[in-house]
Amino acid sequence: MAPVLPATASAAPAARRRGRAAYVLLLPGMTWLAVFFAIPFVTLFMTSLQQPVPGKSGKYAFGLEFGNYVTSMTEYWPQFVRSFAYAGIATLLALLIAYPLAYFIAFKGGRWRSLLLVLVIAPSFASFLLRTYAWRTILADDGPITSTLNALHLLPDGRVLNTGIAVVAGLTYNFLPFMILPLYAALEKIDHRLIEAAGDLYASASTAFRKVTWPLSMPGVVAGTLLTFIPAAGDYINAELLGSTKDRMIGNAIQTNFIEFRDYPTASALSFVLMAAILILVFTYIRRAGTEELV
Amino acid sequence: MTDDRARTVRHLTGMMSSAVSRRRVLQVAGLSGAGLIAAACGAAGEDTGGASGPASAAAAAQDASDTEKVVNWSNWPLYLDIDDATGKYPSLEKFTEQTGIAVTYTEDVNDNNEFFAKVRTQLEQGQDIGRDIVTLTDWMAALWIQNGYAQKFDKALMPNAKNLIPKLQGVAFDPGRDYTLPWQSGFGALGWNKAKLKEAIGTDTMTSVDQLWDPALKGRITVLSEMRDTMGIIMAWQGSDPSNFTEDQFNQALEVLTQQVDSGQIRQVTGNDYAGALESGDVIAVIGWSGDMIQLGEDFGVALPETGGTLWTDNMLIPALAAHKKNAEQLMNFYYDPEVAATVAAYVQYISPVQGAQQAMATIDPALVDNQWIFPSAETLANSYVFMTLTFEQDEAYQRAFQKAIGN
Repeated sequence: MAPVLPATASAAPAARRRGRAAYVLLLPGMTWLAVFFAIPFVTLFMTSLQQPVPGKSGKYAFGLEFGNYVTSMTEYWPQFVRSFAYAGIATLLALLIAYPLAYFIAFKGGRWRSLLLVLVIAPSFASFLLRTYAWRTILADDGPITSTLNALHLLPDGRVLNTGIAVVAGLTYNFLPFMILPLYAALEKIDHRLIEAAGDLYASASTAFRKVTWPLSMPGVVAGTLLTFIPAAGDYINAELLGSTKDRMIGNAIQTNFIEFRDYPTASALSFVLMAAILILVFTYIRRAGTEELV
Repeated sequence: MTDDRARTVRHLTGMMSSAVSRRRVLQVAGLSGAGLIAAACGAAGEDTGGASGPASAAAAAQDASDTEKVVNWSNWPLYLDIDDATGKYPSLEKFTEQTGIAVTYTEDVNDNNEFFAKVRTQLEQGQDIGRDIVTLTDWMAALWIQNGYAQKFDKALMPNAKNLIPKLQGVAFDPGRDYTLPWQSGFGALGWNKAKLKEAIGTDTMTSVDQLWDPALKGRITVLSEMRDTMGIIMAWQGSDPSNFTEDQFNQALEVLTQQVDSGQIRQVTGNDYAGALESGDVIAVIGWSGDMIQLGEDFGVALPETGGTLWTDNMLIPALAAHKKNAEQLMNFYYDPEVAATVAAYVQYISPVQGAQQAMATIDPALVDNQWIFPSAETLANSYVFMTLTFEQDEAYQRAFQKAIGN
């Protein structure tokens, strides 16, 4: 008994010290977020409510101009719809491509696993811009892909580049690793004995997948779709480089307002509408997917 | 960061095609996230700083030129003679040799609007932007002068400025050329891929804007996202005068543009990257910039439409509060020496604004002496329009209408 007492006595302050240490650990992250997220966030919100200074065109001053939000939605709803449609399709395609791949790496990868994962990330070693540029060569009008599709009469416009198809393809490609990695992480954690047990209980392979593997990989699916959908919806590089004037997304509208028009209030309002729309979509999605514990 | 990006993109465009030009550098790439945030903060800070902004008198700083023998110059990429082997700029080295002034040369102007967005906050708050010379296109230079962001030259230090060609003297936005001095000019013109054009419409020359609208070229043409060039060329084609047009005339031109975009005739409206698409053959004909297309080489054609092209000029100016004004003036003076100007023109293939450069070219590269794209004749110049000077309000209204038509 005797040696236990002093031990517990000193354990309390130690725990408190550890508690304090935990807060200290939080500090860099919190500071970072405060300086580079919270403050700009507030500034951006205030900017979104600014009104033009009468008689001084191109100048904006403090105001409560909620009309900026109305204009941004009435003027740019097609771009909003298009952004979510393109991002949605790209996310779905990425999931369809990534799931089998992640499944293979996690379950059949064996000693090649690490190498395969490196290969998944390898394209990211080259610049995002460069990779998107490369798609222009890949999808060129006289290139093999377009020629083949044209021979099969599959292209209404006779081309892939500078169409919505190219934008979706670019988005799918660029964000694919963000889908594969969380899926892999989720699949890799699955206890194989559970799948074996399903087999022992006379579940067919497909039933075992449906009842065991898929539900257990759900956290990966949710994380992967979010990591793909959110940046894809706000992306503007793919639409800029691979799209035509009819495939502009909301990111392009924000860019144009910021840089071309120097209309910071509208651009900020657009950013906030985008943020709000994404938040709503994400929360609805997570509720339906039933993995609240993720967020 | 932007410098790095500009370099990356430059490298990139270089990889994509052998030909290079300053306009090619992707507009989109220059747009850094940091720039956006700075822009947002700038706009937000304006309720305090905006009101005090000077209307026309640019603030001058204590000139440190005598003690600090440096000058900081921001220019467009690939807009100065460069020794590809060493990466050095021979003419700048010569300047340093002559004057003892070291030049920090930065190619960080990729796009007028983008560059302005980057430095606007500092200008508005009355801070030095760290540059002693910036190179901006006419309309943007006009905006700087209007807002008091440009300093008046001390012409006594710039005797060579008298070499400015007459055509560019006395422009509306700076009648006495007290704030700006042209760096290079160029044309908005038709450009095409000769082989592909022949395949599509049976000829390898273009003379008219009508050819752009040929159904055989559906989805194979691009126009510039620079409103002044695209709209200027369309207006001239409709018989309006881009140097002096009415709102109705602008709208008529816009109607044509909208129709061609909506029908899918126009594939894309691009800033700088149309040249790559011309080379790959995805795009057959364009409204583009003269120097770019010349640099693409023999397989590509370039011509002013018979109804007229556009003529723009990029100008050097000294930003408010620049710390080395006198050094900057010496540098400008140096580049207005005809021989130096000819060296630059031989490299960049744009129009030299310096009188006497043509004669000096005879010793540098005789083949270029009669090059209409570097030393245009009076006839060529007569077939081009300088876009009308717009007030800020007009500019905003026209830009919005134009951007709306091209999908923004």
